[in-house]
Amino acid sequence: MKPVNRMKLQFEGRSVNEGFSRTAVAAFLAQLDPTVEEVSDVKTAVSEAVTNCIVHAYRDTLGTVYITAGILPDNRVVIQIRDRGCGIPDVKQAMEPLFTTAPEEERAGLGFAVMESLMDRVRVTSHPGKGTCVTLTKRIRGKEAGA
Amino acid sequence: MAVQIEVAGEWMTARLVGEIDHHGARELREAIDSAVLAGQVRELELDFRDVSFMDSSGIGLVMGRYKLMQELGGHLRLVNVAGHLKKVMILAGLDRLAVLDRPAPAKKQPEQTGEGGVQ
Repeated sequence: MKPVNRMKLQFEGRSVNEGFSRTAVAAFLAQLDPTVEEVSDVKTAVSEAVTNCIVHAYRDTLGTVYITAGILPDNRVVIQIRDRGCGIPDVKQAMEPLFTTAPEEERAGLGFAVMESLMDRVRVTSHPGKGTCVTLTKRIRGKEAGA
Repeated sequence: MAVQIEVAGEWMTARLVGEIDHHGARELREAIDSAVLAGQVRELELDFRDVSFMDSSGIGLVMGRYKLMQELGGHLRLVNVAGHLKKVMILAGLDRLAVLDRPAPAKKQPEQTGEGGVQ
């Protein structure tokens, strides 16, 4: 399905940009007239994915985080969060609730579990040494649906 | 993210203000922990009334403070948790730690503003 609208965003993987990036995606989403809950769900999922890039992918370096978002004709929003960081050797393990490689930072290990529960679909592709791409999809029903 | 801390004897309320994410979590937990450890705090209340956003960094924050209060033989309560924040907390099983929505035990310091109400 071809997107009816798209946006691209790139920024340095500094933690101060976590707030910027989720707010930017939420602003793009506004054209679908989403409910407060839908905005909150998407912001939270984006925040998890971007934090993963900063905490894990670019653990000891400063790299660039890339976000693209597209709106499909059926009101689905597809958001890709991509990095060129260290990659995930075992994606299945990384997605297990409570699995974390950064316990000293009080990371709960729930990032992917949160994304999966708030979005309709979460797809993760990763190549160790090359980077990771997380694709989040959610159908926005909006206020008109009386959600 | 900011936090306003009030300590009265064994009681401490930390009012969290703004967005809880990875960026602000460390400063937050350091402020809370140092206040808890500096006093004789045994009843820690985290007030989420003015929290507009929270991701799993907030879960880490709550779980860490839960552990700290357990080590001190005290308790942790979360109050004024709005629906969209509760969703993430329940997903993490924080309600099973019985820290969410627990009614406030009778306080010794009555000058505290009445809280404990959760939407």
